[in-house]
Amino acid sequence: MNNFAYSRADDATSALDLISAANGNGGGKFLAGGTNLVDLMREGIERPSAVVDVTRLPLDSITEHNGGLRIGAMVRNSHLAANALVRQRYPLLSQAILAGASPQLRNMATTGGNLMQRTRCYYFYDLSTHCNKRVPGSGCDARNGFNRYHAILGTSEHCIATHPSDMCVALAALDATINVESNLGARSLPAEGFHRLPGDSPDHETNLEAGELIVSVDLPASTADLHSHYRKLRDRASYAFALVSVAAAVKIVSGKLEQIHIALGGVAHKPWRALVAENMLVDHIPSAKLFEQAAAAELASASPRRYNGFKIELARRTIVDVLSELTSESTKSQ
Amino acid sequence: MDSQPLTHHVTLRVNGRDHAIEIEPRVSLLDVLRDHVGLTGTKKGCDQGACGACTVLVDGGRINSCLTLAIQYEGRDIVTVEGLAIGEALRPLQQAFIKHDGFQCGYCTPGQLCSAVGMLDEIKHGVPSAVTSTAGKAIDLSDDELRERMSGNLCRCGAYIGIRDAIREVHEGAIR
Repeated sequence: MNNFAYSRADDATSALDLISAANGNGGGKFLAGGTNLVDLMREGIERPSAVVDVTRLPLDSITEHNGGLRIGAMVRNSHLAANALVRQRYPLLSQAILAGASPQLRNMATTGGNLMQRTRCYYFYDLSTHCNKRVPGSGCDARNGFNRYHAILGTSEHCIATHPSDMCVALAALDATINVESNLGARSLPAEGFHRLPGDSPDHETNLEAGELIVSVDLPASTADLHSHYRKLRDRASYAFALVSVAAAVKIVSGKLEQIHIALGGVAHKPWRALVAENMLVDHIPSAKLFEQAAAAELASASPRRYNGFKIELARRTIVDVLSELTSESTKSQ
Repeated sequence: MDSQPLTHHVTLRVNGRDHAIEIEPRVSLLDVLRDHVGLTGTKKGCDQGACGACTVLVDGGRINSCLTLAIQYEGRDIVTVEGLAIGEALRPLQQAFIKHDGFQCGYCTPGQLCSAVGMLDEIKHGVPSAVTSTAGKAIDLSDDELRERMSGNLCRCGAYIGIRDAIREVHEGAIR
């Protein structure tokens, strides 16, 4: 690991001042739980000249906000998943977090840090290979390499990496909002638009600007109390990244899908909001046939590489199965 | 608040004792425990958060000490495997690991022990897992539940059966 200047911020204002000083001096990074950044620094993939520790910022509470919830950026993943209000109103988020990582990692990882996770693509991690994300313009060895874990949707010729987070898939499905601050002011980004597709700049993973700090995440009243489920498929029963995951939340009124939210993990460079499928389903009477059509339509644009073609069928079946289960339960409970 | 170059003087509280050390900020908590504090019970397995051998307790919660910088833990209460015994006596979990053959080579054991201490405390506080994610339900420490909650600790010798039995015995002793 390269050496760097370390400083610890006490509040958001000092964190922003420290990072802007660091950015004027070669590049700084905010450090929270460290579960990803410390690893990337040890591998030499991230080499910041300065690190600003934000773990002691007073951003570690979950509070009522506009009929929904506001989650501080420093709330640990374990606390978020265990929070009574989250489990009651947004069980999808709790379920998604608990599907990821290990208890030790969830005790360390923060809400803001989880959003900033980088891909686990082997080629990104291996300094002896070509990776446009690590070294822009150098090429992508994953495209013709062992790409079983790679993306099938929204890929580009420059990058087929996937986003590793489970939490972010639930945030995308729940229409969450990411609140950020910088020395220029505050702004909010929809969770669905927070992460980017690779395009021709896969090194540019989020729509955050330099010097911006994530301060909180809002869950809206509109997606509270939906009937929901997170299903994750992976190579072992626990503690593995998703091959495919599906976050779905529905509200059935008078036999019709008044609300339907679907997001997929493990298939794209970002949590993939399945808007094509949602548009085919909203205001319709749920049926297995319609689910089949919607899932197929969502995956029509999928482009497999040599080893990951199975993900298309896996995603299609999982969408259908999760929706079938959710809507039959939802109908029964009415 | 100032950015400081190279080394920092920090005081870490480990197993109830303060240790004043001088470290570069890039040094992991794991390396500080082993190389600066001299407590080599905590083990370096993968050094990338995949195996759990480096698990320690911070303010009672289990974490991977390899994936974090020591300098971030000033003022926190760190407990390693050396701090688990009660005085001169092994704690019941340690005794149960011996009784049930919860290890073979022993390399993962310090991490397994610290992780299990953290896990039993999580269960006591109703912390959910992927197996028990429904609020309000009592947590039944079934095999599935125990495996899920200990999935962050690998044992290459495959002593999982003994580890499971040791943890279960202590859990059942605690709830009786």
